[in-house]
Amino acid sequence: MESLTNRKKVVSDKPMTLWEKIYIPAIVGGMVTTFKHMLHRRKTIKYPEETRVFAPVYRGQHVLKRDEQGRENCTACGLCAVACPAEAITMTSAEREKGEEKLYREEKYASSYEINMLRCIFCGLCEEACPKEAIFLTDRIVPTEFEREDFIYGKEKLVESLDDRIDISKRQFTGKRTEK
Amino acid sequence: MDTALLIEKSVLVVILFLISLGVAAYQTYFERKLAAWIQDRVGPDRAGPFGILQPIADGTKMFLKEDFIPAKADKWLFIIGPGISMFTALITSSVIPWGTNLSLFGRDISLQVADFNIGILFVFGVVSIGVYGIMIGGWASNNKYSLYGAIRASSQMISYELAMGISAITIVMLTGSLSLNDIVQSQHGMNWNVFYQPVAFFVFFITSLAELNRAPFDLPECESELIGGYHTEYSSMKLGLYLFSEYTSMFVSAAIMATLFFGGYNFPGMDAFSGNLLAILSISAFALKIFLFIFVIMWIRWTIPRFRFDQLMHLGWKVLIPVALVNMLITGLVVAWNQGWM
Repeated sequence: MESLTNRKKVVSDKPMTLWEKIYIPAIVGGMVTTFKHMLHRRKTIKYPEETRVFAPVYRGQHVLKRDEQGRENCTACGLCAVACPAEAITMTSAEREKGEEKLYREEKYASSYEINMLRCIFCGLCEEACPKEAIFLTDRIVPTEFEREDFIYGKEKLVESLDDRIDISKRQFTGKRTEK
Repeated sequence: MDTALLIEKSVLVVILFLISLGVAAYQTYFERKLAAWIQDRVGPDRAGPFGILQPIADGTKMFLKEDFIPAKADKWLFIIGPGISMFTALITSSVIPWGTNLSLFGRDISLQVADFNIGILFVFGVVSIGVYGIMIGGWASNNKYSLYGAIRASSQMISYELAMGISAITIVMLTGSLSLNDIVQSQHGMNWNVFYQPVAFFVFFITSLAELNRAPFDLPECESELIGGYHTEYSSMKLGLYLFSEYTSMFVSAAIMATLFFGGYNFPGMDAFSGNLLAILSISAFALKIFLFIFVIMWIRWTIPRFRFDQLMHLGWKVLIPVALVNMLITGLVVAWNQGWM
């Protein structure tokens, strides 16, 4: 077969010459290589101080979006929970009462919405399944905790706050959102 | 006995002890840094600026670990093992001349704890005892991996000690003395033994790596096959002592290599200085040589993969010993010719 790269090497089992048998040239060659590496630039990113630049489509911690008037988009239809291959999402639905129109966009809303971040595999299928543009994955990293319970994120951690909206406009356009 | 001499020697011993331990501790830091640099990483950098407090953090960690002795282990031997290792690693430094004489408080202080007239033999004797530390530790653990590590260590050390001794004999032949002090003084200035005995130095260097159980000869403690080798069952500061003694003996054997082949504390142009300045400069020159040797030993460790056991034995018995023997024979003939015995 014609090789696709130029990395192909012909191997042979011919006996080693005396020069190769003393191994010293090979060892010195290896040591030169490692010495050159000592002078290389370090590839390490010292995490808490510096962070890697993420792609805009990075699938990190979820956000439950609000619409322009600050109402929660989620209607607790449960499609995300069905789509979730890790079964990380649970929710309970409730009916919107009179006077709550400013809080929830439609008549039904999620009274509780939990994602277990230890189960979540960050596949993004919940985002794909959502018909209401309510859930999106963002380029934020889920922080580490000491207790397992702390990884179960409820609505207080998932729903974006009114004055600190999470920008998802750079995410891949699925056609469901109006603005690109 | 002269009380002042006693005090002088005791102070020297304490200083040497502290220096050996301090150097060993910072070797661990340097080794981790060097490994990181070779692998394009940063290495320990969290404890203190540039991570220079890392050895202290490591030591504290070692002390805080549970000191565990396996139920079926031979308790006394298990405890003695690391002690022997550490003892032999430390005691060798007593015969090394660390610099020219220092005059302090009106006394001429020799920077060598004990100037034995059989210095080299003493070093070899102590190094041979060093294998007992590993053997006893591996045996007392009552664990097959530890035992394998111990067996490997003893067979490896016995086979490499031969070539090591034969290569060191050439230096004794050239100098005509077994005393390390005489050997160093005969290499005054730039008159270093390595220029006369490059082959002997080469053999000595390789066998030193094997005696130290350093890569590429670290079969007694190879992680992938023996899950740690002779110190598998050790924990807490007993393990710490084993690891520490390895670094201490690395420091000491770097010093011995510098003494035997690279002129010890001698440096070119040393005749221009005298007195305490010469002493300080000679100590610095010696420290620099030791540092370079430690650097090369570590550099080799992070470059070359581990030997297979049969390759190790092949190299020891079929390559290094014949090379050392032929080298010794030629040196003997040349020395005899120069002395007019032939």
